[in-house]
Amino acid sequence: MLEYTDKIREIAARLLKEGTVEMVIGFRKGTVPMMNEPCFVTDAGDVDRLIWDGNCGVNLANYLMDRKEKIGIVAKGCDARNIVTHIVENKIDRDQLFIIGVPCTGMIDRRKVAAAVDGEILEVSEDGHNVSVRGQGFEKVLNRQEVLQQNCSLCIHRNPVISDELVAEEVPEQQGVDRYADVRRIEAMDPEEKWNFFDDLLSECIRCYACRNACPLCYCPTCFVDESRPQWVGKSQDPIDVRTFHFLRAYHCAGRCTDCGACERACPVGINMRVFTKKLEKDCLEKFGWEAGLTTDARPPLDTFRPDDPDDFIK
Amino acid sequence: MGIEPGRIQFSWVSSAESTKFVQVVKEVTETVKALGPNTHFVKHEAKVA
Ligand code: SF4
Ligand code: SF4
Repeated sequence: MLEYTDKIREIAARLLKEGTVEMVIGFRKGTVPMMNEPCFVTDAGDVDRLIWDGNCGVNLANYLMDRKEKIGIVAKGCDARNIVTHIVENKIDRDQLFIIGVPCTGMIDRRKVAAAVDGEILEVSEDGHNVSVRGQGFEKVLNRQEVLQQNCSLCIHRNPVISDELVAEEVPEQQGVDRYADVRRIEAMDPEEKWNFFDDLLSECIRCYACRNACPLCYCPTCFVDESRPQWVGKSQDPIDVRTFHFLRAYHCAGRCTDCGACERACPVGINMRVFTKKLEKDCLEKFGWEAGLTTDARPPLDTFRPDDPDDFIK
Repeated sequence: MGIEPGRIQFSWVSSAESTKFVQVVKEVTETVKALGPNTHFVKHEAKVA
């Protein structure tokens, strides 16, 4: 990961010095282990704040909407796909961007790491294969593959689909991944089981909206959950309101979600709300042959009509 | 999302197809009646102790 960091700094310094961009968006080390933060660098002298490792799971495309200046942005595979989506949705101009592409080997799931040790974690470091965790009175080495975020272990687009410069050679894409085993399991349930499954899944939700805020797709000036005239969804903790929020949020991401995992990562209570967006991702793939954010040359399924669109649900 | 199939239905009815509209409304009402009241998607007032 060190080579990535060096290269990112080198590119960022060059872009800022030459005036190609006014700001570089990347990551800096967080104040607690495994929580790197977005970092906005405007001065070539400050590029040493930028770093890269397996804790850069925040989706930086979230910081691009409606920006006016020229921006250099560090982008892993999923970020790059969300940037493509932004370009397609006119939230940013391709010409404004210098995309520093990061071939990605997956992000570390801090919850998995925390579950593997006892006690507070003070430091986490990694090499290509292992993650070393150090805390008060313990030290442990974990297999990196085993502590990846679930979306990363299922990822089939690790290399940025769009970039101006890569920080390293492309990494091999994972082959033969079954992306939808969890979705199929839910699809197979009868209505009652489904109802209970979702009840259980969402029972801890405190409606903090961290999942929405972390998502680059959620950029409406006023979100439907915040509207009060008309009020589309109740604002209470009632399970029906919580469920309505989650289902509608997911639908707003249909054909746009890249399964970057930023939403799940941001949730303070560890809800896997990605099962909703993944179901829609699966439907988009099966019914419209669509994967989000792969190209700026095609319109997404929700804003195109084709005579052969599946319509057998209409009686 | 856990709603019984039959409780929701999509139809395409042109504004000139009044007979089809009546037909569809009848069918939908009958299926929904057969399913009985919706017990899932209902909010219960918060119980105050
Ligand atoms: S981040 Fe988690 S707790 Fe907050 S609204 Fe989303 S699912 Fe609910
Ligand atoms: S819904 Fe979640 S996984 Fe999908 S793009 Fe938004 S943050 Fe990423």
